[in-house]
Order: sequence, then structure tokens, then C-alpha cells
Amino acid sequence: MAAINLNINGKKQTVNVDPKTPLLWVLRDHLDLVGTKYGCGIAQCGACTVLLGDAAVRSCQLPISAVANKSVTTIEGLSTNGDHPLQKAWLEHDVPQCGYCQAGQIMSAVALLKKHPTPTDEEIEIAMNGNICRCGTYLRIKDAIKTASNS
Amino acid sequence: MAQTQTSISRRTFLKTSAMAGGGLMISFGWISSFAKVKEALPISEEWTELNGFLKISENGIVTIMSPNPEGGQNVKTSMPMIVAEELDVDWKNVIVEQASLNTQLYTRQFIGGSQAIRQGWKSLRMAGATARHMLRQAAAQTWSVPLEEITTESGTLHHKKSGKSATYGSMASAAAKITAPKEVPLKAKKDFKIIGTSKKNVDGLKIVTGKPLYGMDVKRDGMLIAMIVHPPAFGMKLKSVNDAAAKSMPGIKDVFSVKVFNDDYERQFFDTCTFLEVVAVVGSSTWEVMNAKKALKVEWEPFADYTLKRSVPGGSSQTLTVPKGLESTTIHTASLKERMSKPAEVARKDGNPQEAFMNAAKIIERTYSAPFLAHNCMEPMNFFAHVTADKAELAGPLQKAEFTEKALSSRLGIPLEKIDIKMTRLGGGFGRRSYAHWLLEAAVISQKMNAPIKLIYTREDDMTSGIYRPAYRATYRAALDANNNLTAFHVKAGGIPESPLEENRFPAGAVDNYLAEEFTINSNITTGSFRAPRSNFIAAAEQSFLDEVAEAAGKDPIEFRLQLLDRVIKAPVGDNNDYDASRYAGVLKLAREKSGWGTPLPNVHRGVSAYFCHNSYVAQVLDLTIEKGKPVIKRVCCAVDCGIVVNPDAASNLAEGAIVDAVGNAMYGSLTFKDGVPDKNNFNKYRMIRHSEAPKAIDIHFVQNDIDPTGMGEPTFPPTFGALANALYKATGKRLYEQPFDLKLSEELKGL
Repeated sequence: MAAINLNINGKKQTVNVDPKTPLLWVLRDHLDLVGTKYGCGIAQCGACTVLLGDAAVRSCQLPISAVANKSVTTIEGLSTNGDHPLQKAWLEHDVPQCGYCQAGQIMSAVALLKKHPTPTDEEIEIAMNGNICRCGTYLRIKDAIKTASNS
Repeated sequence: MAQTQTSISRRTFLKTSAMAGGGLMISFGWISSFAKVKEALPISEEWTELNGFLKISENGIVTIMSPNPEGGQNVKTSMPMIVAEELDVDWKNVIVEQASLNTQLYTRQFIGGSQAIRQGWKSLRMAGATARHMLRQAAAQTWSVPLEEITTESGTLHHKKSGKSATYGSMASAAAKITAPKEVPLKAKKDFKIIGTSKKNVDGLKIVTGKPLYGMDVKRDGMLIAMIVHPPAFGMKLKSVNDAAAKSMPGIKDVFSVKVFNDDYERQFFDTCTFLEVVAVVGSSTWEVMNAKKALKVEWEPFADYTLKRSVPGGSSQTLTVPKGLESTTIHTASLKERMSKPAEVARKDGNPQEAFMNAAKIIERTYSAPFLAHNCMEPMNFFAHVTADKAELAGPLQKAEFTEKALSSRLGIPLEKIDIKMTRLGGGFGRRSYAHWLLEAAVISQKMNAPIKLIYTREDDMTSGIYRPAYRATYRAALDANNNLTAFHVKAGGIPESPLEENRFPAGAVDNYLAEEFTINSNITTGSFRAPRSNFIAAAEQSFLDEVAEAAGKDPIEFRLQLLDRVIKAPVGDNNDYDASRYAGVLKLAREKSGWGTPLPNVHRGVSAYFCHNSYVAQVLDLTIEKGKPVIKRVCCAVDCGIVVNPDAASNLAEGAIVDAVGNAMYGSLTFKDGVPDKNNFNKYRMIRHSEAPKAIDIHFVQNDIDPTGMGEPTFPPTFGALANALYKATGKRLYEQPFDLKLSEELKGL
């Protein structure tokens, strides 16, 4: 157990956990931020994607000790009213089916647009290839990213 | 206007009238949805319940209960749309709430067979129409005018002669005192204002903002986390557990074994369960339990043949044998081949196929196969349970709550009325969550711990716990005469442990001499429904084969199918053909028109496929190119006849997803076994379709008609396999007979 200082969605707080605990489980079990999902636990599906600074990372494989004092953004911190351009685009295109992977998809898309504000189809496919959608909403995700990139 | 008897769910209305007699009620479900738009009325907290499907606040907001679980089919939006249509309210003033399991109020609260809208159609319309009628009657009484003179418009009652009007909200309390009518008028379909218009997913905002919606997100004070350890191989059972190390680890509360069913329990249809006894690890947090799981030392041993009793619909019961042994795919394949060479059970025979094949000018014979598949829902299996001495509260994602509740009642010895199952949004179902052994495991663990617990399967537990799509094999033969007419057709199909045969589907009815045979091979590898069961394989095989037969006959593959369908329309063979040949031909013609079939594109390879299942008709044309030695699907054009389309954009989304899902499973989906151990346990090995592999464009076209709605979640899935196989043949010149296609395809594509 160790006291670790966190900066999640702009909120500074301290948790007392095993430093090897993945960020995902600290978010979900200790901080009640359940928007970040568990899908595979081995960084293969992208459901647990959050932002570390401006980069998309898989929180299921990231020990909490590695994010001490660093800025982490989860889906809950993306906007106060669901009005981030990507969230709005997701609603406009009515992207989700089951919806379970979508928070991770959106966080990957946020990182993509920070790097490439107007991405090509190929850039979208490469950036989003780590996020599995079992329902197969890939085309709508692509359309939503393009809509957001134009706004 | 059509009069519809309310007797279908008369029970619902009688019961709720009594409830409504209590007057206003304040109630919000645990997972209510506030899909509000800005111009909507403010939310009030005083509600009048008019029947089990809806309640109205004094300021006119209507809460509509969505009876069925939601797992991505979008029924939580489309089912309430049907109620709102007949109630005649403005959709922006509707709130949707997920109903709890309540077999007194609702019927068929489950996901399966793409039947929610088809089978809910009448009762949902009636629920809205009945409430509207009661509101009109309340207004007629209040204003002392004839009922016939009361009209409604978007949540307002009018009496034109006197100029009086009132909102539904102001009349709701009086309406609750009206006895539900014996029959109600339903709207003419031409007057629909909500049905047939695209409405956004009512949970959309919650999904994109990461609000708790799923079973995985359930949390209660004092809740513990539980996980299970199950045998590493099919054919094995628990021998002993050494839990000394695990129990001493931080946060760990207990380790014990759990029996899923009581020994003498007679199982129901959906009680399939792979491992009858598992080891539970319970602790304070997920990470601690995950670590303790790894520290457990468990000994397993092979089990001997055993039998189980299962009830059969209709009241009788059957005894099933679960065979011993550590099975391997090499043995499965050999067994399937061996059985294919022997006589099988005849499911349908028309004419004299034997003679027709003897007299054939040309015979084409091909064999198709597909492996076991794992469902791989993105949300791993999980359930919350809080079982106390005399009652059980459960919450989580499942497809067949009504059946699972009965199994749970038997397992815990707690009567049904003391069990409360809340249905959370499913992070995917695809059939897997019909078999809810994990709910029983969660309940037994909670009972033993005397605490609320949430059971979570790791991805590895999820992928290796069975209930797979069966493995299938089918051999087709077709006889052509000297004029290239199809004179005989023979299919022999089998599977482990289920046959995929649909003997009364096309081309049955189109051929004078027809033979359909089937066989099964028993196994201890458990299987269950997987999106469009059986159809998901047999459509692929049949539609690939028909493509090859059309080619051998020198005919265009669409024209070839249409000629056969024309035969069925004019003079069908046999009486049991389970499809409407005109509607089948209709989707083929629509796909031909919309895809530009008659206008080939340079370097684009095209495949067509069509199939009927779950009461709906679908045809697809798939265009692909080969780029850098890999197939790139440029476009899938999909024509659907599912009758009236309730929510067109959402239906299109579902169809797009089914096509992507099918491409993924056709290309990569596979689970094989060695000595009872599945070869894959997570997404590093199990290849799922990803963004870059999805078709670049999909267009969905609905046949416009006034037929009552039919299935949508499954029928668009099976045709894609054949369309893809046929397009790949055009691209490579080689036919693919074994799924997943990717294995052979990479060889074929070398040098292209």
C-alpha cells in the first residue's frame, strides 16, 4: 500500500492502494468513475482508454504509480454537460449500439484530433484500430470523428 | 380505424387499473433515462400510472416503460416509440424507463429471435391506445360531452364544439379511475407520426458521458467483489483447492467452491452450463481478487460421462448425456467428415432426388465448414447479487431474465415473488447472455458471504467458459440437366452438437427433387444461441453454393435466384416452405437496383447473397478490391424487408453493425480445441474485426410496405458471409469453403 497523489479530471486527490494497481481499477473501484470500462485487461480492446496528458493510454495496463501527479482525463472529465464536440458528434450520428466500448472510442478520438485536427480516413483507421467495437459501429465512429473535426 | 381487442394483455390492464386506483404515484426506476431536449416540458415528480407501460405527470410528461432488456438493438427507444404513437404524445415529452422483470405486467421480457418488436407490436400499440382512450373518456365525463367528440393532438384533449381543451397531465388523475376498455381503436398506419421517423437512442447522452448503465457499474454500500476460477479444459471438473496463499492476500475475504445447480434440479432450456462447480474468490476490490485468483492452487480431474435432466417445452423432460473426454478440433473434424459419409436423418424429401441425380448432365458437390465461435461481448459476464435469508436482489445484464429467475428460485429455495431482477443495459449479448449461470453463481456467493457482491468474469473466464456457436459442416449437391436447369438439390448438414439445417427454406420449394438430411455429434463443449443461430452458417454455405451452381449453369447469380423464386411463386414444390417467395425476390431486386449490379466497376469484385430468417428478408451485394495483397471491402449494399420500420436510422445502424460483425466472423472468427482447452482466451489471440478492416461504406435500403414489423437484429447478419465469399471468389478465382476465410485467403492472395 502507498499513498499516491492523483490529478484526475483536474481534481487533485490521494489514494492509498497497492502501487501496482492498474489505473482502471483505481478509477472504477476507488474513485467511482465507472465510465472507463474493463474489456480485456491486456490493452488489446481499448475499452479502458483514458488520456494521460494529451495521449490515449490503456488504463488496464497502467500501474497507478506511473500516473502519480500527472494529468489524467477520463470520459467523465471530457465536458461538464456532454457538449465536447466529439460527444455531440457521437449523438448526432447516433453511434452507439450496446455502448460499452464507446467511452474508450471517444477518448481515442480525442487524442487523435489533438494530434491531427482534420484526420484523413487512413489516419482515423490507424488511430482507432486499437478500439474494438463488437457491435460494429465503426462507420458511424468514423463519420462522427469527421463531423467533430469540422466543428 | 381498426378495432383491436385488448385481451392480449388484459391481465396487465386489470392489474394496473387497481394500482392506479391508489391515485398518484411517485416513482423513478433505478435506471431511468432522461433523454430530454431543451424545449421539453420540465420534469414533474407526481405521476399517474394508467397502465403498466406508462404514467403521466400532471404537467404532461409521459414516462414509458420499456419492457425488454436493451443490449444494443435499440428496443429501449423503438418499443416506447410504438406506445407514444398510439397515445398521441409529442416524443420530446417522453421519458423512457427500463422496466424491471415483472411477469405479471409484461410478457416476453427477453432478447432472442429478433422478436421484440414483432411480438410486442400489438401490446405496445394497445398500451398507448388504451391510455389514450381512458384520457378521452375522462375528458368526456368531465365536460359532459359524448366520447366520440373528443379528439387528441400531441398530448392535448380537445372538444371542438365547445372549444374546450385539456392536457393529458391535467386529465391523467381522472383517467386513472376509468375502467380499461375491452377494445380500442388503433391508428391507421398512414396516420403514424412517430413510427417510421428516426429517433435518437434515449440512452445516448448517458453512454457518451460515461454514466453508470451496465452491470459492471453497479455498486452498493458494503459490496464485495467476487471472481471465479473454472476448469482449464472442457471435460474436467474440480478435484481440490489449496487456498492458503490466496486467503492471506490483502483484501481477500473468502475462497470456496460453488455448485451452480442443485443435484436434483431439472434444467430448463436456457440452463446450459459448462462447469457445474467453480471456485469463488471474494474480496474488497477487483485488483486484489484478480491477484488472489492467480495465487490459488487448484487441482482438476477428468469427469466421467454424466447425465442431466432437462425439461422440454410442452411439459415432458429428457435425459441428456454429457460425454467424458478431452476433445480436440482434429478429432471433431474427422468425426464430422465420417458422419458426412454415412446416412443421416431425412428432414425433407420432395420428388425422387436419387433418380434425378442419376439422370443429371452435370453434378456439382461442395462441402462447407465453420468452427466454434465465442460471443466475446465487450462487457464480460457479470452480475450483482444481494441475497438475504428471505429475499434476493439482483442486477445486471441478461437476455432471459424470466427463465433465469425460475432457475434461481429453485437454487436458493426462495419463491419467485421474493426475487427482484433489475435488467441493466447489456454491453452486448449476441445470445451469450441467455445462459445466465453466472447469475446463479453470483447469488450463491452472496448468500454464502451474507453480503452484497458483484461477480465479474475476467475476459479469459468469459472466453473459455463455453456456450459457443456450434461447429458446423454441410455438403451440397446440385443436379443440372443438359439445358442447365436445376433438377435436383441435396443438402446434408451436421454439427457439434447441433444441426444447422433449415430444410424448409429456399431453395426448398423451387426444385422438384429435393433432399435435406441432418446429423449431430454429441460433445462436452457447451454451445448456445449466437446471432442468427444456424442461419449464420447455413446461409453462408447455401449462398456460396448457389453462386457456384449459377456459374455452372451459365447464369447471372441474381437472375438464377429470381428464376428459382419465380418457380416458387407460380408452382411451389411441397407445402412447408417457410418463406414468402415474392418478398424474397423483392429484396434481391432492390439490392440489384441500388447496388448498380448491372454496371460493373473497374477492379471491383462483386458478390451477392440473400437470405430469409427471423421473419425478415435481406439481400446484399458486396464490392471489394484487392489492395496491397489484401481484400478491401469498398461497399456493402443491403436491402431489407422487415415490414414497417419503426426507427429507420436505428434499424440501419443495427444492420450496418451486423454486416461488420459478419465480415469479422467470416474472415477471422474461430475457436479451436486441443485436449479440451480452447486455443484462445483473450483478444491478443482471438481476432476481432477492427476499424481498418470494416467495409468502407454500407448502405441500407428498406422495402416500403405496410406489413407488421418483423426481425431486425439478426436477419442482416447471415447473408454477408456468402456475399463476401462470392466476392472473394471473383477477386481470386478460388472458392473458399472453410471459415474463417483469412487462413486460406492469404495464400490465394499471394502474387495478386
